[in-house]
Amino acid sequence: MAEKITLSKKDRLDVCFRNQYTQGSWNYERMQNGGFCFAMIPAIKKLYTTKEDQSAALKRHLEFYNTHPYLTAPVLGVVLALEEDRANGAKIDDTAIQGVKVGMMGPLAGVGDPAFWFTVRPILGALGASLAMGGSIMGPILFFVAWNVIRWAFLWYTQEFGYKVGSNIAKDISGGLLGKVTEGASILGMFIIGALVERWVSISFTPVVSRITQAAGAYIDWAKLPAGSDGIKEALTQYNSIGATALDQVKVTTLQQNLDQLIPGLAAMGLTLLCCKLLKKKVSPIAIILGLFAFGIIGRLLNFM
Amino acid sequence: MSPISILLVAIVALLAGMEGILDEFEFHQPLVACTLIGLVTGHLTEGIILGGSLQMMALGWANIGAAVAPDAALASVASAIIMVLALNGGATDTKTAISTSIAVAVPLSVAGLFLTMVCRTIAIPIVHIMDAAAERADFAAIDRWQIIAILMQGVRIMIPAVALCFIPAEVVTAALNAMPAWLSGGMSVGGGMVAAVGYAMVINMMESKEVWPFFIIGFVVAAISQLTLIALGLLGIAFALIYLGLKDLAKQGGGNGGGSGDPLGDILNNY
Repeated sequence: MAEKITLSKKDRLDVCFRNQYTQGSWNYERMQNGGFCFAMIPAIKKLYTTKEDQSAALKRHLEFYNTHPYLTAPVLGVVLALEEDRANGAKIDDTAIQGVKVGMMGPLAGVGDPAFWFTVRPILGALGASLAMGGSIMGPILFFVAWNVIRWAFLWYTQEFGYKVGSNIAKDISGGLLGKVTEGASILGMFIIGALVERWVSISFTPVVSRITQAAGAYIDWAKLPAGSDGIKEALTQYNSIGATALDQVKVTTLQQNLDQLIPGLAAMGLTLLCCKLLKKKVSPIAIILGLFAFGIIGRLLNFM
Repeated sequence: MSPISILLVAIVALLAGMEGILDEFEFHQPLVACTLIGLVTGHLTEGIILGGSLQMMALGWANIGAAVAPDAALASVASAIIMVLALNGGATDTKTAISTSIAVAVPLSVAGLFLTMVCRTIAIPIVHIMDAAAERADFAAIDRWQIIAILMQGVRIMIPAVALCFIPAEVVTAALNAMPAWLSGGMSVGGGMVAAVGYAMVINMMESKEVWPFFIIGFVVAAISQLTLIALGLLGIAFALIYLGLKDLAKQGGGNGGGSGDPLGDILNNY
């Protein structure tokens, strides 16, 4: 063997950059195979010089492959290390490389989905959306910048990690760290979803449960207020000490207020759990969404929502 | 809409469509896509508000294996265009335009889903072309077809978006104005509930006996309105760390003692 060929940092950055476009040729036959091969091209060009070797390497990476798009990064890192050894004469056959890819993609997808799609994105999305609903441009900017910083840092550092650790990574995966990350992400995710259900699922039942004529003194007697600004002052003072029920002589209690006294958001929680049940019974989410719109319209027509 | 606006809308739609498959930069998320459509059509604030409302609905929409998730790209781009048309036509108030657009977004997300399935099928012959290119070690051809595949996904959103731009604004506004109050009111009531579906999808993916208590804690704590989402996030991280730490400790304790986890039982057994 002549001098050792190594992948420079620039080569690895090239691969990482291309990895962002992995999903582009996602297809029902071999899923992310085209994208993986596309990402590997800078490395293959550098490592293999003969047409036969290049062709073999390209074909090797057009095999079936599919995982969470971001967690392809550590796999690429490991494969880069393996290909580098192979180009330098080490005995690593096609099945070994394919084995590493297939062996890693399952468990990694299992971490990526809860961590990115179900924890980081809902949290950043909800944070951005709550700002945006007030019309603030900071909402979208915050979401976009924070997401892409996290994403790029993850892509680069995990690819580098995979490259340095090489095929040993398989041991690390089973070493429980990934399991912990998944579990931690699930806990955080469930906690946040619980909070989001309370804050952002809005159901309001409008039927009036009771009307009580309040005793004198429990409401502002508008007819007896002094004239002018003194009257406003007096009204505000009374309002401040009695609260919202001071505005009218008749105290109206809606069904929603009763429910909120049990625990705020109870109806939202019930609805969410019902949706969970329906989804488990393989009812399509789209059918549920359309059903909810229909329910809302009926509710408004019959005046109970 | 002016020709420049339409061109810019087309670019935004192309980005959103590509992201619908790539899922990297997140141009297809309502928060980003609606804001951009609003920006290029001169209705930035309304775009942001629509994006925020749709984002709340779409939080749980993600492509997981074979699970069918509604398509955020077409939903956000097309509903934003419809909202802009309604606003351009004048006469409607912003609130109705936004809540109607949200309702329209749902069937659109289904249409988008169908289109992406078509694209993913067309991608099969594309990877076969890549196979042939690999045979010849033709790097440039593989690059080219990868880019074509990505663009195809972008065009999937761009064509419907541009087509929508040519609907006269007056028609959209007239349609909105013709809508009876019970329909628009009912739709906004429905829109308030729809977020639950997204959350339920997320819950079903993550749930286990162990994590349900954290859902309850989150739900109860959220009623304290002084806590911002960032505060809630920190609280959640703290809970996760405490739980994992305690679990580790429990495991070690069990290992060292070698007992059955029932001290009294151990004493009785040894007696």
